[in-house]
Amino acid sequence: MSAGAMRAVKVLVWAACIWPGANLFHKAFWGDLGVNPVETLEHTSGEAALVILLCSLAITPVRRLTGWNRLQSLRRLLGLWAFFYALGHLSFYILFDQACLYWSDCQLNAVVDDVMKRKFILSGMVAFFAMLPLALTSTKGWIRRLGKRWQTLHRLAYVAGAAGATHFIWKTKVPEPKPFIYGGIILVLLAVRVIYSWRKRTGEVRKWGN
Amino acid sequence: MLLKRASDIRSSEITPEAVYRSRREFLQTAAAGALGAYAGASLLSDDLWAQAAIAGVKKSPLSTTEATHTWEQVTQYNNFYEFGTQKSDPARYAAQLKVKPWTVKVDGLVTKPADYALEDLIKPHQLEERIYRFRCVEAWSAVIPWVGVSLADLIKRVQPQGKAAYVAFTTLQRPSEMPGQRTSSLDWPYVEGLRMDEAMHPLTILATGIFGKELPNQNGAPIRLVVPWKYGFKSIKSIVRISFVEKMPPTSWNIANAAEYGFYSNVNPMVDHPRWSQSRETRLGSFVKNKPTLMFNGYADQVSKLYDGMDLKKFY
Repeated sequence: MSAGAMRAVKVLVWAACIWPGANLFHKAFWGDLGVNPVETLEHTSGEAALVILLCSLAITPVRRLTGWNRLQSLRRLLGLWAFFYALGHLSFYILFDQACLYWSDCQLNAVVDDVMKRKFILSGMVAFFAMLPLALTSTKGWIRRLGKRWQTLHRLAYVAGAAGATHFIWKTKVPEPKPFIYGGIILVLLAVRVIYSWRKRTGEVRKWGN
Repeated sequence: MLLKRASDIRSSEITPEAVYRSRREFLQTAAAGALGAYAGASLLSDDLWAQAAIAGVKKSPLSTTEATHTWEQVTQYNNFYEFGTQKSDPARYAAQLKVKPWTVKVDGLVTKPADYALEDLIKPHQLEERIYRFRCVEAWSAVIPWVGVSLADLIKRVQPQGKAAYVAFTTLQRPSEMPGQRTSSLDWPYVEGLRMDEAMHPLTILATGIFGKELPNQNGAPIRLVVPWKYGFKSIKSIVRISFVEKMPPTSWNIANAAEYGFYSNVNPMVDHPRWSQSRETRLGSFVKNKPTLMFNGYADQVSKLYDGMDLKKFY
């Protein structure tokens, strides 16, 4: 893959990542977020976070299959965008669902209660707090400082993906296909990773690159 | 039974016709009128004007004086899984449902069982406007001006037998016109039920309209139940059968998930849904979920007697 092609891919990825947020801003500006605007904000930001996170997890397997090593630089870009949408998603929940937009209505113990009592909320929080250190250590400086431990730490991305998909599955009132599709993709990506590291140990895949 | 008069102010003075239609719809309608070719772009208002007005509707002292939500809010954001699980699905897909002619079967432990044409079922009774608070189990709420008849009046007319302790309701099953029924999101047909005293309560109505017009399909046309002190899913839509039975009848959401949805499903801020709190709600139109949910959705004065001595945590 040439550097020029990679630049084009980057532009496309940026555009795709900006799209859901820009769309929300546009709708919010025109008062077009629907009858329940907060639901629209929460659903769009949550799904964007999950889909972009899945894409970031798919980069390494795709790179190994195609040998397009330049793709690797998309991981940080996608990961940070996923975190950005997850942060928005969590903020909407705190500000609107938990009414913390108005200080007098804000009951932080209600948030704690929600997390402790409800596995659907807990799984969302796990996903967010698994992504938080990854976003913070995504700079070149931290990659250098953490050395080999950086890679170990960033396996948390799988925890975030699995928790995010679970959060979506537990959220729906009746089983719906979409959250299970996302959950399935996470399982496939995880299986690919496990198979790869197992083969690497038995020395079969040196020719695939690292 | 203690019946609290809601207010001496006539609801018509509080919620003039103009409030029924949002400014946006009004503008869209004006635009559609000016540019006939754009009619397709103003589905909402087309929908509003397409619905026939209902004549002979009396105001009711049981109405709330709170401002009603708009036609758009009430008709574009619905849970009606027969048309899909998304809130926008009913408005999008319900137009294909044919609601005329419509027959309601009345059977079971009743002296006058029959297949009633909808008109014959409704005609003997006084149509009333009932402006009720509506609280969804998902913690959002609205104020809706229903048009309907007292279910108690209708029950008295068909004369249930002494053994009839519950009323069971069934929604139409017609997958060819209800795309959601071609999926297995719920067990079809949708079924609901009330205890006889709940069904006979003056607040309980069979609605045939909203905003003085016939019910749009997405709101449960042509006839639906409205029980304002219970979560919205109890208010079963597009009813084809009313049965009088001895034992507590099965109900759809209880079949789908018994731990989350009980037979009674009274609005109760003290009993949380397992996956979210029920203590506060989002009034549609507001961004923040900061409206405290009231016991029995604010109808406690009228209905709490029905549940005297019952553990409402157990019978949720």
